[in-house]
Amino acid sequence: MTLLSFDWPLLLEKFVLIAIIVFTTLGIALYTTFGERKVAAILQDRPGPNRAGPFGILQPLADGVKMFTKEEIIPTHANKWLFILGPGLAMVAALMTCAVIPWGGTVHIFNRDVVLQVTDINIGILYIFAVVSMGIYGIMIGGWASNNKFSLISSLRAASQAISYELAMGLSLIALIFVTGNLSLGEMVKQQQTHWWNIVYQPLGFLIFFICAMAECNRTPFDLPEAENELNFGYHQEYSSMKLGFYLFAEYINMIMSSAVMASLYFGGYDIPFVDDNLLYNSSGIWHTLAPFCQVGTLLLKIVFFIFVFMWIRWTIPRFRYDQLMNLGWKTLIPLALINMVITGSLIILKINHWHF
Amino acid sequence: MHSLLNINSSTAINYLPIAIQLIFVIGFIGTMLALSAITGPKRKTKDKLETFASGIEHHGDARSPMAVKYFLIAILFVLFDVEVIFFYPYAVNFRTFAADPTMAWKTFMAVLMFVGFFVIGFVYVIKKGALKWED
Repeated sequence: MTLLSFDWPLLLEKFVLIAIIVFTTLGIALYTTFGERKVAAILQDRPGPNRAGPFGILQPLADGVKMFTKEEIIPTHANKWLFILGPGLAMVAALMTCAVIPWGGTVHIFNRDVVLQVTDINIGILYIFAVVSMGIYGIMIGGWASNNKFSLISSLRAASQAISYELAMGLSLIALIFVTGNLSLGEMVKQQQTHWWNIVYQPLGFLIFFICAMAECNRTPFDLPEAENELNFGYHQEYSSMKLGFYLFAEYINMIMSSAVMASLYFGGYDIPFVDDNLLYNSSGIWHTLAPFCQVGTLLLKIVFFIFVFMWIRWTIPRFRYDQLMNLGWKTLIPLALINMVITGSLIILKINHWHF
Repeated sequence: MHSLLNINSSTAINYLPIAIQLIFVIGFIGTMLALSAITGPKRKTKDKLETFASGIEHHGDARSPMAVKYFLIAILFVLFDVEVIFFYPYAVNFRTFAADPTMAWKTFMAVLMFVGFFVIGFVYVIKKGALKWED
């Protein structure tokens, strides 16, 4: 009776946690679309969406309703099932990333200690790499199934761009793992709570990781797959209704998730700056209860900051040419990441051995 | 079981929440897709379902041969990514090696040799012009 020996309350706890995290992510993604339009409007000195509700605050809901009430079109020349699978896969990959991100410490509720992380597997960051790579399949399948030349070129571009930058991303992370010594995101955040944040040890690594994250999310200046002047819409050319919505949404969720990963890897994750989190946990009274929620709030603030930087860059810098993009990825970032790795490694060995060979 | 989940993060049980999340996410997305398929209007015409080509008639099948550069990039990616993955086991064990004075430099030199092979391959690829995009 292996089934019955399961810890059922634990399963229920995980299910509720997953539901909360997934729906919160979707909610944040909704308002990120709104935020993007507002930030763009502010940077371009215009009011932005301001009709739906006060300050246009209901605009994302209106967009959602519009997505639902539009006609679903599957072109006659397209592969019907692959056409549907594409956006679904992109969305699944985007939503699966949040499983290993630590959102906070532990909450004591209903006599249980609930860890605010779906699961802390010891290969956390590799899991994220794997899932993010699945997202490329969503774009590839969608672009190929559309049987449209624009879509196909766009999806080829997206795929070769994403895999090119994944190399530099993987290399820049090796230097970070030299510093932390493990791959689990939960462990990395715990280390940063008692030591300096990793950004202090790995500034160049962070810069490379940030650029690669931007390229993986297809954000301007790396939005070659969606270059309107060359490819109309890109890989979601033929899509309409919620399937189009999924592609757009997946991009925003990826942005949130890469912000969360960057915050966890380099900026202390849910660690509250200038405050000793353990002191907060061990104190009595209101702060003891509020501590995990303060940590979640801190992580969300860090995520919002990174999303703002993403948007700021998008509306400031023009798009690369494709050869420039490839040259940056292969001929600049990969050698830089290698050098960073070698220097970090030798410095750490020297430091541990008291600065002599 | 609860304590198991917190202490040892390498057992298969830790991957169970991921399975739950996968089922949850697929269910959610399936529901959304089905809902939007029901709620939208359905007025299909022949012209509407044509492949979009900016207003002109579309010519032939899109699945024609593409520039080989993209495929070359994909193959190079597989090559180099495998090499990158080989660094990870060393990186995870790096601290234990570094703490041991006899092993620290020996292992690091071995990895440097591997980096050397990586660089040789990399330079070869660039010299061959595999990453040249302007013809």
